[in-house]
Amino acid sequence: MNIHEYQSKQIFKEYGLPVPNFLTANTTEEVLASAKEISDTNWVVKAQVHAGGRGKAGGVKVTDNLKEVEEFADKWINNKLVTYQTDDQGQPVSCILVEECTEIKKEFYLGAVIDRSTRSLAVMASPEGGMDIEKVAEDHPEKIFKVFLKSPSVGNEDHLPLAEGLELSEEQTKEFKDIFRNLVKLFFEKDLSLVEINPLVLNGSDNLVCLDGKINIDSNALFRQDEILELRDISQEEEKELRASEWDLNYVSLEGNIGCLVNGAGLAMATMDIIKLAGGEPANFLDVGGAVDEKRVAEAFKIILEDENVKAILVNIFGGIVRCDVVADGIISAVEGVGVDVPVVVRLKGNNSEIAKEMLGKTNLNIIAASELSEAAEKAAEIVK
Amino acid sequence: MSILVNKDTKVICQGFTGSQATLHCSQAIEYGTSIIGGVTPGKGGESHLDLPVFNSTKEAQQELEIDATIIFVPAKFCKDSVLEAIDAEIPLIICITEGIPTLDMMKLKQNADSAGCRIIGPNCPGVITPDQCKLGIMPGYIHKPGKIGIVSRSGTLTYEAVDQTTQAGLGQSSCVGIGGDPIPGSSFIDILQLFEEDSETEGIVMVGEIGGTAEEEAAEFIQSNVSKPVVAYIAGVSAPPGKRMGHAGAIIAGGKGTAEDKFLALEKAGVHTTRSPAKIGEEISKLV
Repeated sequence: MNIHEYQSKQIFKEYGLPVPNFLTANTTEEVLASAKEISDTNWVVKAQVHAGGRGKAGGVKVTDNLKEVEEFADKWINNKLVTYQTDDQGQPVSCILVEECTEIKKEFYLGAVIDRSTRSLAVMASPEGGMDIEKVAEDHPEKIFKVFLKSPSVGNEDHLPLAEGLELSEEQTKEFKDIFRNLVKLFFEKDLSLVEINPLVLNGSDNLVCLDGKINIDSNALFRQDEILELRDISQEEEKELRASEWDLNYVSLEGNIGCLVNGAGLAMATMDIIKLAGGEPANFLDVGGAVDEKRVAEAFKIILEDENVKAILVNIFGGIVRCDVVADGIISAVEGVGVDVPVVVRLKGNNSEIAKEMLGKTNLNIIAASELSEAAEKAAEIVK
Repeated sequence: MSILVNKDTKVICQGFTGSQATLHCSQAIEYGTSIIGGVTPGKGGESHLDLPVFNSTKEAQQELEIDATIIFVPAKFCKDSVLEAIDAEIPLIICITEGIPTLDMMKLKQNADSAGCRIIGPNCPGVITPDQCKLGIMPGYIHKPGKIGIVSRSGTLTYEAVDQTTQAGLGQSSCVGIGGDPIPGSSFIDILQLFEEDSETEGIVMVGEIGGTAEEEAAEFIQSNVSKPVVAYIAGVSAPPGKRMGHAGAIIAGGKGTAEDKFLALEKAGVHTTRSPAKIGEEISKLV
C-alpha cells in the first residue's frame, strides 16, 4: 500500500526524524492561509499524489511570491497530475503540502528496503541524492553504501558505514545515527516494504533534514496496521483495479486488445507471454485465484469488457482440484448472463476437460474451445488480427 | 528415490480442522500420504478424518514421530504456527498459507535456519512425490512417477509444467512449489541441490517469475553445481515495470528482475530456456 508524502512526513515526525515545518490544505484559501502561517517570505508547495516525478511535471513549486502559491493551488486542486510514473490520465490532486523553504547545502539519498537475496533489511545511502537513484546505482554503484540488518535491534556502530559514505562530520554523524536508528524502528514497527528519503539534505545550519518521504507498506501486514490503513486514499488507486480487488480478483490493465482471465498469477503472466508469442497483445492481467465460481467469473468478464480495446477474451483455467465441467458451466452462465459480445476462447485443463470442451462447443454463444495453451493463444490472436 | 517426501514420510497438519485443510488432507490421504494427526488449538482430544487432534504441535510431538508438517493456518496466526513447528524441531515445514507479512518471514527463516528446519513456502502449492506422498493443494492425478524434478515459484503454472512432462511420458521424481513471496523458506538453489543429489532425477524443470534475483542466483549455482540438464521458463516477459502481478514477489523495480534479464543469466550459465510456457515438456524431452 502507498501513502502520500505528507502522511510519510507525519510518520517521520512521530519517529523523531527531522522534517521541515509543513501544513496541508485542500482549497486555495486554505493553501494561502497555511502559507502565511508557515512563513513570511518563502514557500515550497507540493501536489500530493501517489507517484514520483512530480517536480518535472510541475507538481512542485519553490517560490517567494504568494501570488504564485495561489496560482499553484488554483492550477492543481481538483485537477490531475501526469508524471512519467502515472498513466496518461494522471492522478487526482486533492491535497497540497505547504512547507517552509529549506536551504540546501548538500543532497543525500537514504532508503531502506527488504533485500531478498540476503533476506534482511538493506539500508542504503548515497552522496548522490536528489536525483534518480536507480540511475546512480547503475552508473556509479560505488556511490551507494549499504548496511544489512537481520532484526530491529540496531548496534551502536551499524550506521557508520553509511555516515562515512556520506562523508558526514562528527556532529552530523551523531544526528545521522538517530535518523538511522529511528528509520529502522519505523520500518519494523509499521511493516514497511520500502522507505525512501530523497533527498535527505544538509540545511543552512548544517543539520540533516528529510525533504521528501516515500513509504510503501507491506499489504500482507495491514491486518495489524490499523493506523496505516486509515491513511489509504482510494482516489489514487485505479478504479477498475480497486473494484477487482473487492471481488478478490487481481487485475492490472494493459495496452493490448486480448482480455485474459486466468487462475493463478504465474499462469496469468505465462498466458500474457504466450499471447505475445502468438502475435497478439494482452489487454490485462487478471488472476481469478483458487475459487473459480460463476459469480466471480461473471464479475471478471464485466471488468475486462469495460476496456473498449478488448476484441477477444482468452480464458485459461487449469482445473486442479475443481472439475472442468463445473468450471465450464460457470463460464457459460457468466458469458450468457453478462452478455459478452466479443469472441471468448476457452482453454480448460484438468479433470473432465474433454466433457467440458464438448459442453463449450455445444452452446450457441460465441465461445471457441481450445485444448492446449498455444492453440488457445493462436486462436485469440487470429480473431483480433 | 525422490526429494523431501516419500511414502514413509509421517505428516501432521496444522490448522487441521479448517475447511481448506480438511479438503486437502482428505485428498492427500486418498492419494496415499501418511498423515498421522493434526493440530487445532482448543480441539485437542477430538478426532478428525479418523485421526487424532492435538492442541499444539508440541503435544502432537509427544505422542507421534513427525517428519513433516503442512500448515493451513490463516496468515494472521501463521507466524505462531510456524514458530511452534520450529520449536518442535519438525524437519520439514510446508506452509501453504498466503499473505504472511514479509518481516514475519524474515524472522521465521532465521529461526528455521538456526534450528535446522526446512520451510517450503509460504504462498505455495506444496510438495509432491508422485504415487507416494502429496503434501499440498495440487491435483494429484496430473502427476506420474518418473525422472523430472520440478521446482517453481508459481502454483497453476507448475501444474502446466507437470502436465507437459506427464504427457511427454517422462513423469516426475518430485515437484516443489517454493512460493511467490519475497522471502521464501526455500530457494531455487536449495531445491536444485536436492535434485542434483537425487539418483532418480535425470532432468530438472525450473519455473521462475519476474521480480527479485532468485533466478539469477540459481543460474550461477547451476553453472558450477548442477550436472543434470535444466530447462527454465520465466513468466512475465510482457509484464510492465512497477506493476505488481499477483504474487508479492512478482514486481519489476527499476529495470531489475525482468524476465529478459533472467533468461539471459540462465542462458549464460548453460541452462536451456524456453520462451513459450507451452514448450516446457518438449524441451526437457530433448535433453533426457
